[in-house]
Amino acid sequence: MTRDRGYPEAIAGPFEGPPRTFEDRAGRTIEIRAHDGSNEEYEALASMYIEFDPADRAQGIPPSQEQRVREWLEAILGEDCLNVIAWDDGTAAGHATLVPDGDAYELAIFVLQAYQEAGIGTRLLKTLLGYGAEEGVEKVWLTVERWNKPAVGLYKKIGFETSDAESFELEMGIRLADAHDDD
Amino acid sequence: MRILLGIGSADDSLQALERTAERAAEADDEVTVAIIDDDGPRGVGEIEAAVDGTLDDWGITAEIRHVESETDPGSELVEIAESEGFDRIVIGGGTTSPMGKIQLGSTAEFVLLNSHVSVTLVR
Repeated sequence: MTRDRGYPEAIAGPFEGPPRTFEDRAGRTIEIRAHDGSNEEYEALASMYIEFDPADRAQGIPPSQEQRVREWLEAILGEDCLNVIAWDDGTAAGHATLVPDGDAYELAIFVLQAYQEAGIGTRLLKTLLGYGAEEGVEKVWLTVERWNKPAVGLYKKIGFETSDAESFELEMGIRLADAHDDD
Repeated sequence: MRILLGIGSADDSLQALERTAERAAEADDEVTVAIIDDDGPRGVGEIEAAVDGTLDDWGITAEIRHVESETDPGSELVEIAESEGFDRIVIGGGTTSPMGKIQLGSTAEFVLLNSHVSVTLVR
């Protein structure tokens, strides 16, 4: 059963899709690319999440044990999901994903602690939304812990609107395209 | 121990049922099952059948009752537990989103925030 979720009427964007290269605030050259499905990228992401600070987990993800991290990654790197990764050479510095949920997609984004507060999250998020729009995604939702003010602020700035404020977590939605009218 | 198990129709409720029955068989808990009609994936009849089956599997008996409130079942669960001297409320620990994020239902949230009786979330 999928809950009815609210989405803004206005279309957000346009956002530029991958690939994108930029210099972050710490002077590192970061490249954001769509996940190529390779085992090398999977292993780089697994390393990132195994290293991930438990304090930055949200609602149980990323999972805390390596085996569970791998199972989770295999699910969200599936063919029907959209994934972009921020690279500092061969190191995965951040990852954002869209996972299908009925007629919409659920979004999550993670930036490795050493790469936070360098402008990577904002670009990663916009690039993922650009990728989603290119691939025909219409609606995206996410949940965020309400005390996480920096994240909430970022989502709002990009065009997400709160759709449910009654739970422990805020639920927010964004529209990337008009609904296809099949009737 | 007197346990009040609150269950609705989602999978986490069935897990809570299984674990509560398992524990009751070992620890000789006195269990009351409060069924919540949450308009979810399983109807009340289906939930009742699951409860009967699980209790049978573990060879325990329990009082089965129905939470009347459709609008505020959490409040009713807390009221039952507090007014009738239960030692613990047991509820499901949330369902997972497509992304794998754990999401607590509104009943669980209400119980956690408002109950003076200890609460166990089964995960």
